[in-house]
Amino acid sequence: MLFDYNVVIDSLPLYFGGVLVTLKLLVISLALGLVAAVPLAMMRVSKQPLINFPAWLYTYVIRGTPMLVQLYLLYYGLAQFEAVRESAIWPYLSNATFCACLAFAINTSAYSAEILAGSLKATPHGEIEAAKAMGMSRAKLYRRILLPSALRRALPQYSNEVIMMLHTTSLASVVTLIDITGAAKTVNSQYYLPFEAYITAGLFYLVLTFVLVRLFKLGERRWLAYLAPRKH
Amino acid sequence: MFNGYGSTILDGAWLTVQLALFSMAVAIGLGLLGAAFRLSPLKWLALMGETYATVIRGIPDLVLILLIFYGGQDLVNRIAPLVGYEDYIDINPFVAGVGTLGFIYGAYLSETFRGAFMAIPKGQGEAGMAYGMSPLRVFFRILVPQMVRLAIPGVTNNWLVLVKATALISLVGLQDMMARAKSAGDATREPFTYILLAAAIYLALTSVSLLALRYLERRYSVGVKAMEI
Repeated sequence: MLFDYNVVIDSLPLYFGGVLVTLKLLVISLALGLVAAVPLAMMRVSKQPLINFPAWLYTYVIRGTPMLVQLYLLYYGLAQFEAVRESAIWPYLSNATFCACLAFAINTSAYSAEILAGSLKATPHGEIEAAKAMGMSRAKLYRRILLPSALRRALPQYSNEVIMMLHTTSLASVVTLIDITGAAKTVNSQYYLPFEAYITAGLFYLVLTFVLVRLFKLGERRWLAYLAPRKH
Repeated sequence: MFNGYGSTILDGAWLTVQLALFSMAVAIGLGLLGAAFRLSPLKWLALMGETYATVIRGIPDLVLILLIFYGGQDLVNRIAPLVGYEDYIDINPFVAGVGTLGFIYGAYLSETFRGAFMAIPKGQGEAGMAYGMSPLRVFFRILVPQMVRLAIPGVTNNWLVLVKATALISLVGLQDMMARAKSAGDATREPFTYILLAAAIYLALTSVSLLALRYLERRYSVGVKAMEI
């Protein structure tokens, strides 16, 4: 048979369960990553080497090594140390979901920080000068002017990062989680039908990708309306 | 050092480099082809290129690797008996890895190359045509050399992502640096040490690539005036 539809239809519940796991991993890691990315980006735009350098090193190392290595280091690597195994956080670190979320969050925080730093640096001079002329303190300048403006302008690039993260979550299947890819692996090992199993997983990812792209387009229309080319 | 596993991992690193280089060569070929398709005035060719780029970039690398490696193996063994070949065919993971990564990153590069081609002033190609060059000659003599400079930043990014993506091929059984570091870690019960060693080598690879590509970018931009704003 060219394509066994029945197997795919029978396994749909497994795939939908996988979609939930994928989305859960994606949302948690993106949220944690973005929270960490904001201070990192602020460090990256600093002119003081002592503040800038640690953030630069962090993003450089994380962006220069494969995600799989980072996941292995956390999930398999940390067990090497007695101190870690006896510490209070070990129950969390031996949990695959926790490790995957943490690894993905660390990874995306580095990429997001660079995106956000680029966006902060591209803030029009006038906005900063106006804020200073109004007598705003540095904290208020960041809170009211720089961050809201930079976060908006980072949206198109950040949407790429979100898509990349969606694809990165497929690595969760390596540490035993049943996300979409994990579901496909299960189906493949049950029926030995790799074509059907992985093509179905691919379709699920394609649909999720398109939905995310569409959502970001809508978001851009809403939050970047003031940068859109004039219609008339 | 490293209980004798150091040299094994270095051998793996060499395999990783080879895998990345061969995959990149395939990806550049497919990327150029894809970009040419997508810019083609023929509707069906453009649609084919567009579909290739969109579908591949919408699916995670890992799923495509598993699909092409296991699915491809399955397909080959379903077809082989039909043409009278009876033995079970085992695909070499290195060859499969090069093919798969090349196929995936070809889609990403087609996007880079398409953008670069579109940034070349139209008059360049038209002038070539006016001199009586054939479309293919215009493509290779006029457009490609100018496209290279514009494509370097995108190619740099894709190369760095590709180098890191080679680690995924370890999941389908290639004994690359990642796989060797993992098994050395399991054997000595010191996984952190060996995976960290692999991480350091990956970081060295990406750092060297960055420097080399920065040099290349400067070389290809010799004839272009840098504008200070």
